[in-house]
Amino acid sequence: MTGYIVRRLLSLIPVLIGVTFLVFLVMQLAPGDPAQIMLGPKATETSLAQLRHDLGLDQPWHVQYFRWIGRVVQGNWGRSIQLKREVLPFILDRFRNSLYLTVLAALIACTIGIPVGILSAVRQYSVSDRATMVLVLVGFSMPIFWLGIMLQILFGLKLGILPVSGLQSPERSDVLDLISHLILPSMALATGAMAIIARMTRSSMLEVIRQDYVRTARSKGLSERLVINRHALKNALIPVVTVVGMQVGYLLGGDVLVEIVFSYPGIGLAMINGILARDFPLVQGAILLVASSYVLVNLAVDLLYAYLDPRIRYG
Amino acid sequence: MASERVDGSVTAIRASTKQRIDPGMHIRPRSPARQALQRLRRDPAAMAAGVFLVLVALASVLAPVLAPRDPVQTHLEHRLVPPGTPGYPLGADDLGRDILSRLLWGGRISLLVGFGAVLAAMSVGVLVGLLAGYFGGWLDSLVMRLIDILMAFPAILLAIAIVASLGPGLRNAMLAVAIVGIPYYARIVRGSVLSLREQEFVHAARLIGAPGVRILTRHILPNCLGPLIVAATLDVGWMIMAAAGLSFLGLGAQPPTAEWGVMLSQGRQFIRNAPHVSIIPGAAIFLVVLALNLLGDGLRDALDPRLRQ
Repeated sequence: MTGYIVRRLLSLIPVLIGVTFLVFLVMQLAPGDPAQIMLGPKATETSLAQLRHDLGLDQPWHVQYFRWIGRVVQGNWGRSIQLKREVLPFILDRFRNSLYLTVLAALIACTIGIPVGILSAVRQYSVSDRATMVLVLVGFSMPIFWLGIMLQILFGLKLGILPVSGLQSPERSDVLDLISHLILPSMALATGAMAIIARMTRSSMLEVIRQDYVRTARSKGLSERLVINRHALKNALIPVVTVVGMQVGYLLGGDVLVEIVFSYPGIGLAMINGILARDFPLVQGAILLVASSYVLVNLAVDLLYAYLDPRIRYG
Repeated sequence: MASERVDGSVTAIRASTKQRIDPGMHIRPRSPARQALQRLRRDPAAMAAGVFLVLVALASVLAPVLAPRDPVQTHLEHRLVPPGTPGYPLGADDLGRDILSRLLWGGRISLLVGFGAVLAAMSVGVLVGLLAGYFGGWLDSLVMRLIDILMAFPAILLAIAIVASLGPGLRNAMLAVAIVGIPYYARIVRGSVLSLREQEFVHAARLIGAPGVRILTRHILPNCLGPLIVAATLDVGWMIMAAAGLSFLGLGAQPPTAEWGVMLSQGRQFIRNAPHVSIIPGAAIFLVVLALNLLGDGLRDALDPRLRQ
């Protein structure tokens, strides 16, 4: 396992370098001169040239890239043009809010998706199985931003039982209030992932319950419940781990849309506001942070997968 | 003994076949494509989805004829009128623009973006995947590393980053979702090529001296088409959703363009008094994507019945 972890960590290095290069490139290609944006339309040519020199924008691109990487590693992610403050503490704060949402959505998706997938597989071709599969298809065909609006209309405006935007009510700041604000956005975020997890669990379970060892367990006279819980489930869940990991990535991306719908102060909302205001340091930092966490989530999933299925690490 | 028995039964089969088959009759084995089409025809959900998509495409193409009003012309006296109002079957938005007309015109954009982006992503992805898989070596390593890097971003985040770089707008949004799709196709094709290039028919083609390009286009590519068609059908839905999402964020099509994501975004401000303004365009995206997913699932089952579970 140690050898596998080392190999996997080493393979991460080129990917992370590539990610930083792509993020740097994306911002280099962005239209507009950062110095002009920072100083405004009335800036003189001399002050613009001075600022470009101070920021190192007059250097060749590779020098700029290595300087930027050097600063990133040291924790200096630049200053936001729009907010006039350090980028890193701001985006870390916003990222924490996004993580609440992502983690809750992942929990909802797994706690509903996995049992639904198992039940569907155990009762293949039953009415409940067919209904579940229709719902699964509906779930991942639904635009996340539209679903968010539907939930706002139903639970927030018609029934009036849940808050429709923000992270906290102005007059309250307890945990219950925070959770009530998280329910609708995390439900919107979880639906697509839940559908895919349910579908994957079902097909993985169907594959496993046709294996010889499951037939052996049945022919020993074990109850169906014991066959499923003790013998089939553990092996059926191994591929589900990968799907769940991939869905966490999907949640990190989908999070941006949900945050806009619910005006939720997470990293997605900050990023979109940054793009619209052409606040390059902020956007660059936000994209880098989300992409790096995605890479790390994928690493964690791969390691977990290798731990659960020894064929991977010896393969 | 054994060979006698085998020979004997073969002769018997030949004799019985001769009796049953009229020598003048031509028996043509059904091609895999025809068999798949027949299986698809027996799938009512996929067929219904296909018919629905054809109707949506027709309605979008005929938008200039079918749309009752100009999609961008404002009629402030009719602002936010509900569906069923005379002259406004699906109601009007905050500027009194007819939602039905905007929906029909918006369909043109959404379908064009969805199919156009898939076509662009597939063309580049297939080319890259074919070359990397067939020639291997440093080219394959380079392509795989690039794919790893592109796939190290959540898809919608990468699209957002690309639009941030190119600037907001419909064309850039389409380009962004297409770029995001490239590694997906490249991986599918590369995987197929890696297994196909070791097959006997490819070795045979190589032995008779067929050039690489011919082997790729005549022998390998046709055998990759099955998984590609399924992936592309499912992907059109994702691209439509992603492009509408970018427009919803203000990074894709810009107002007053009649585009489903823009309509949804603008309607969001009026969900309290006039929820239909955002419900209707969202429902249109949902139904089209649902139909594409149903058709994609049906195609997958038809092309590879072993996957049907």
